[in-house]
Amino acid sequence: MTPNIFDGLEADDGALARLHQRLEHDAHTADVLDVAYRTIDTPVGALLLAATTAGLVRVAYDVEGHDAVLAGLADRISPRVLRAPARLDSAARQIDEYFAKRRTVFEVPVDLRLADGFRRDVIDHLRDIAYGHRESYATVAAAIGHPRAVRAVGTACAHNPLPVVIPCHRVVRSDGSTGQYVGGPLAKSTLLDLEAA
Amino acid sequence: MAEHGATVLRVCRAVVGPVDAEDAWSETFLSALRAYPDLPAGANVEAWLVTIAHRRAVDVGRARSRRPVPTETLPDRPAAHADPAARDPDLWTALQRLPTKQRQAVAYHHIAGLPFAEIAELLGNSPDAARRAAADGLKTLRRHYREAETA
Repeated sequence: MTPNIFDGLEADDGALARLHQRLEHDAHTADVLDVAYRTIDTPVGALLLAATTAGLVRVAYDVEGHDAVLAGLADRISPRVLRAPARLDSAARQIDEYFAKRRTVFEVPVDLRLADGFRRDVIDHLRDIAYGHRESYATVAAAIGHPRAVRAVGTACAHNPLPVVIPCHRVVRSDGSTGQYVGGPLAKSTLLDLEAA
Repeated sequence: MAEHGATVLRVCRAVVGPVDAEDAWSETFLSALRAYPDLPAGANVEAWLVTIAHRRAVDVGRARSRRPVPTETLPDRPAAHADPAARDPDLWTALQRLPTKQRQAVAYHHIAGLPFAEIAELLGNSPDAARRAAADGLKTLRRHYREAETA
């Protein structure tokens, strides 16, 4: 039905990229950019980074499905989700530095609204496990005052909204094996090896 | 929402021309971001964007008519902006020669795929009138466009 005489109107990528950049700027100025996101390439695959005006709110591995993660953010935070790299420049740079072994501590504002209750307690504790160190699930459970909740600690780690930045990868099994990880076991051992080297 | 950016840009270009289209597009998406949380779940996002684009395009048209300088000739803009028109100047000329409602009906139906009932709501006429406007517009467009091509 669409006649090909409209081919001349075809939107070229250059124009769309320019318009998107303008929208990113305008949305920020007009304060209607609730969730900004971008992706970065790392040794553990493409990571999705998302931030609210309060701080970094989500880091997601490829295996989590970036589209699904963005849909979840639209659902739980705000549908005003826009690819807007500028807000994530600092987080992206620090993650790059981490993988280049030039950074051991992340200094970005975080927004932990996606973790509450018990899971939030676990997340808060994870932030205290230093670079290159490891703790067992049982140690974490004891540290937050729920020594029997070892499995629940594992679940909380699996739901860490900010993997890599909040080091759930530093929590391993009591027998020393690495255990499960939201980014897959290979990603976990890559991070542990990086920090041990 | 981003996936509809290309369609909305084509509609804006057809309705307000290549120069003002980018302003209309930007204002459409900014308005959409503002209003997005109120959009009912399951709504047709593209149709909704086109209705916003229609209103923004009308605004851009009004702003243009207030400008003191006649706009018969395209104003000087960076090459990137003029690019789409340069690619197919005859199409732009043909579109600009259409009466406004015909141009809108053609764009909303043949580019955005809106049903005539919705186009009628935007244009303030009946679905039949919207259908006729799109058909007449397309016919005229084809004639002028072909003349230009064979000239």
